[in-house]
Amino acid sequence: MNIHEYQAKEIFRSYGVPVPRGGVAFSGPEARKVAEELGGDLWVVKAQIHAGGRGKAGGVKLARSLDEVEKIAEEMLGMTLVTHQTGPEGKKVEKVYIEEGADIQKEYYLGMVLDRSSEMPVMMASTEGGMEIEEVAAKTPEKIIKVAIDPTIGFQGFHGRKLAFGLGLAKEEMKPFIQFAQALYKVYMDKDANLIEINPLIKTGSGEFLALDAKMGFDDNALFRHPDIAEMRDLSEEDPIEVEAAKYGLSYVNLDGNVGCMVNGAGLAMATMDIIKHEGGEPANFLDVGGGANPETVAKGFELILQDENVKSIFVNIFGGIVRCDRIANGILQATQQVEVSVPVIVRLDGTNADEAAEILKNANIKNIIPATDLADGAKKAVAAAKGEL
Amino acid sequence: MSILVNKDTKVIVQGFTGKEGTFHSQQCIEYGTQIVGGVTPGKGGQTHLDRPVFNTVQEAVDATGATVSMIFVPPAFTADAVMEAADAGIELAVIITEGAPVKDMMYAKMYATKKGMKTIGPNCPGIITAEECKIGIMPGFIFKKGNVGLISKSGTLTYEASNQVVKEGLGITTAVGIGGDPIIGLSYKQLLPLFEADPETEAIVMIGEIGGTLEIEAAEFIKENITKPVVAFIAGQTAPKGKRMGHAGAIISGGQGTAQEKMEALAAAGVHVVKSPADIGKTVAKALNK
Repeated sequence: MNIHEYQAKEIFRSYGVPVPRGGVAFSGPEARKVAEELGGDLWVVKAQIHAGGRGKAGGVKLARSLDEVEKIAEEMLGMTLVTHQTGPEGKKVEKVYIEEGADIQKEYYLGMVLDRSSEMPVMMASTEGGMEIEEVAAKTPEKIIKVAIDPTIGFQGFHGRKLAFGLGLAKEEMKPFIQFAQALYKVYMDKDANLIEINPLIKTGSGEFLALDAKMGFDDNALFRHPDIAEMRDLSEEDPIEVEAAKYGLSYVNLDGNVGCMVNGAGLAMATMDIIKHEGGEPANFLDVGGGANPETVAKGFELILQDENVKSIFVNIFGGIVRCDRIANGILQATQQVEVSVPVIVRLDGTNADEAAEILKNANIKNIIPATDLADGAKKAVAAAKGEL
Repeated sequence: MSILVNKDTKVIVQGFTGKEGTFHSQQCIEYGTQIVGGVTPGKGGQTHLDRPVFNTVQEAVDATGATVSMIFVPPAFTADAVMEAADAGIELAVIITEGAPVKDMMYAKMYATKKGMKTIGPNCPGIITAEECKIGIMPGFIFKKGNVGLISKSGTLTYEASNQVVKEGLGITTAVGIGGDPIIGLSYKQLLPLFEADPETEAIVMIGEIGGTLEIEAAEFIKENITKPVVAFIAGQTAPKGKRMGHAGAIISGGQGTAQEKMEALAAAGVHVVKSPADIGKTVAKALNK
């Protein structure tokens, strides 16, 4: 789960990670009020969406008067921002964050993720603040300093020194930087984060380090012990079909193609998308209905897939293990009575009692349901059906 | 022969008396696995599925001599259960539970390693030595005995692969579902040498997916150390970047962990990489006929 910049900064603040002062606003007048309370003569108005690259897309603007704050906020709210991370459809801005202007002397990058090879959290720093870190990693990997932190010893001074020396910090900058990094590590661990990105981290004229931007992601599996974080979830940032799927314990990801897929198991679901492409088609979605695949989840699966108007055929690919195929076949028949399925449904059931299942589907004699003998046969038929060639 | 588990392996179940634990323990017993008891704190002294229930793993190990534990406890308590098993001298923990926090598993795996306990999973179907010992939730009958070793991140795709291998008239020695979480126990690199050393295993199937670098590390290892033919399929060739595909670890982040880069690395290591998941079985058959 991801949260907004203003929410991440609230968390930072509570852990003593320095951030500029600021407040969130949902309207122009509210933005003005926040700016007024902050005081000063320079403010930054920042669109709050779950995507990077806002600056380039016009989602971060400077304001030099209260009138300007209000005007910019009004323009930004309701606008659809398209950045390299939002996809071409962009994201609608529903709130803005007003922050005091900062005296930027130098920009850095500081981030944390789980390093899957060392199986430890790793902190990464770079002098190339403000740039896309993926780009820095690809072009000048030597400019990224990484330290893996063994959680059994926690963040030690040497971790901080390695980063600070790597960034070429001056002697008097070491202490505030190391304190910053230490506090950030604590945030990451305490909150079960799986990503923190501060881009840029700035050094001010007075030698302070401040998180000018903040991005945080969390381990969904750990949200049960962080009700405060779970509450920060913004459903308007997520695909509505994915949100609905999750309510039923299904895992759905929308794609661009026209062959709908319903599969049990995440690996087989990905493999099903792959074989559709391999057979010359384009998958419309990833959908894992879970290892069990009962009539309710199958019916819900049809509903989810059919919300996408591009779908021209559906490939149901279920490998029945402990749940027998004959039961799944009956479940599919039952589901097609609950949900009107207007496109051809290619059904491939393999595993326990696969022959009985084939018999059940054949005898049901429903025009839209086309049985397939194996994975390749099913994919071929689904692709042909989507092209209107079946 | 086989790897890690066989008909003589003594297994206890943590989370024995719960719904999932009960159902799958029953299935394992029917398959022939030596389930010698279970652990449910507070239910020690009772009998469940005709086996003794213990309060602690230590008591269960002392009384039964079990060396393997199958873990079904709920996600919030999984790490605790794994560490208890390690503390009690269990040699291999097979963690079936889905949804354990990554941080918990990070600590649990570190402690397991320190205690010399191997782990499989979490969020995996388990391990099966065909027609001898099933420790997990897979449908046993799909795994006919044969000469192919199988390592997979995915559950149902493991069944699919085994089914294809069997349809070619071949079979499985041992199949290991390693799970698709960001932090997992035994992986390709630790399992490949076991299959290489197993005289009955003549070919190895490895099934990977997007996310992380385990398959790349496996490719490097295969190049130097594996002489038996390896057939690989990587799921998620069509997966979009930055989207989690069901498994917590199945995500292309920062442009890394794509199926393409894994397939290229494996092919460069001499692995038979199949593009279509329908070609796994026949490619194994072809590799073995050489």
